[in-house]
Amino acid sequence: MEENLGHASLYALRLLLSGDPDLWNIIGVSFSVSVRAILISAPAAMVLAFLLAYARFPARLPLISTLQSLQSIPTVVVGLLVYMLLSRRGLFGDLHLLFTQTAMVIGQIVIAFLFVVPMAHGVLAAADRRAWETARTLGAAPWRAMFTVMTELRFGLLAVAIAAFARIITEVGTSIMVGGNIESVTRNIPTAIALETSKGEFAQGIALGLVLLVLALLLNVFLGMLQGKGEMR
Amino acid sequence: MRLSRISLMLLLAATFVLLSPAQAEQKVLRLATTTSTENSGLLKSLLPAFEKNSGYKVHVIAVGTGKALRMGQDGDVDVVMVHARMDEDKFVAAGYGINRRDLMYNDFVIVGPKRDPAGIGAVKDPAAALARIAAAKEAAFISRGDESGTYKKEQALWQAADIKPQGKWYRSIGQGMEQALQIASEMQGYTLADRGTWLALRKKLDLVILVQGDNRLFNPYGVIAVNPARYPDVNYQGAMAFIAWLTSPGGQNQIAAFKIDGENLFFPDAIQAKQASPK
Repeated sequence: MEENLGHASLYALRLLLSGDPDLWNIIGVSFSVSVRAILISAPAAMVLAFLLAYARFPARLPLISTLQSLQSIPTVVVGLLVYMLLSRRGLFGDLHLLFTQTAMVIGQIVIAFLFVVPMAHGVLAAADRRAWETARTLGAAPWRAMFTVMTELRFGLLAVAIAAFARIITEVGTSIMVGGNIESVTRNIPTAIALETSKGEFAQGIALGLVLLVLALLLNVFLGMLQGKGEMR
Repeated sequence: MRLSRISLMLLLAATFVLLSPAQAEQKVLRLATTTSTENSGLLKSLLPAFEKNSGYKVHVIAVGTGKALRMGQDGDVDVVMVHARMDEDKFVAAGYGINRRDLMYNDFVIVGPKRDPAGIGAVKDPAAALARIAAAKEAAFISRGDESGTYKKEQALWQAADIKPQGKWYRSIGQGMEQALQIASEMQGYTLADRGTWLALRKKLDLVILVQGDNRLFNPYGVIAVNPARYPDVNYQGAMAFIAWLTSPGGQNQIAAFKIDGENLFFPDAIQAKQASPK
């Protein structure tokens, strides 16, 4: 087999540089869906994580354990649940969202949310409570104090968000189920890799995998620069 | 601090941009079909002409026949193109779909290792060939195990051979045709495949055709519109336009013209009389 890794890497590079419209379309779907999902879910999840760490209410501890266990829910199960809800016979069938990018965004929101809440909770709970207390004593409104605490912990929280993003942009189970892997509409990098592999086009599959890695690297370098600037202040 | 506020604003702005509807409303037709029509490249060669003629944009969802019919039953697609005649008839009888039309056919083949440890190469009858594989217990038989049309054909053949396949030699993988062929090739086992996928993939496989040509390996494809009486908002107009085009001389000729390495993958049969016999 001449389809070795070197051959695939060269092929990946050529694909990227040639500006192959199909490839860029797939990349576009991947990023458009996952960026939307993370932007919607991460802030909400972090606010919930903050409440779990700083507020005191009756069912708090059981809720934390439940959310921690939900982290290990298989993504195909999330996919199946979203599928059943969005199917025309499902609860939200009238919205006709199945097999659209929106369906994929919804699935990834759920996955990212379930990932971010326990992780961000860990970051927030481990932090020094005095930041919160000081801010409150100085007369900051609760939401303002929350913002202060989160700003203090931005590196940890950003790391959580990056990990969540990595999880959803590489996720295949939900995307293929609720998106349907429709060419140039809901075909993203992972589902395209699954398809190419099934067709025996291993080089193409590896090439797509390398593309994802390169783009993830660029994204992380960019975010690392943001963090670096924060530290220099 | 200032920087993080700026980046927060940027994020918010980006959210609004990204949340705005991605593209203008276009007439979409949702087609659930089997992997054999999509992955062989047939639809890629057919759809541009239909889309140009009709103005519809076809969204293809390629799954097994069982799942495709289920999507039609649930109203999640507008039209289905599948190959499992008995299930198609049940689908129509139950009122899930209407206006079923014969579309095209090809055939199934039993493929296996060149060495042929079960010695089925000399057998013409596919059920007898399966019986030999079961008796030999030496090489694996890879079963789709997934409600696909191919799997249903396989089950019918086992039934004809009066064998309940089980044991270490019988591997049910629950995956698509391509995976079944790849696994069969890696394990040097046997499997039942539709000729379209076989032709599209055979260069990458270490397998040969061992049984073919029997009547029972006939593999007809049908196309069915999802019943608008059950789901008034399915794109019935689009579904009928699609069926009309596929079964027209133009569509049928294009099916006949679709080849891989000079070999036909599908033979149109929507028009039975001689008037439009494609070449």
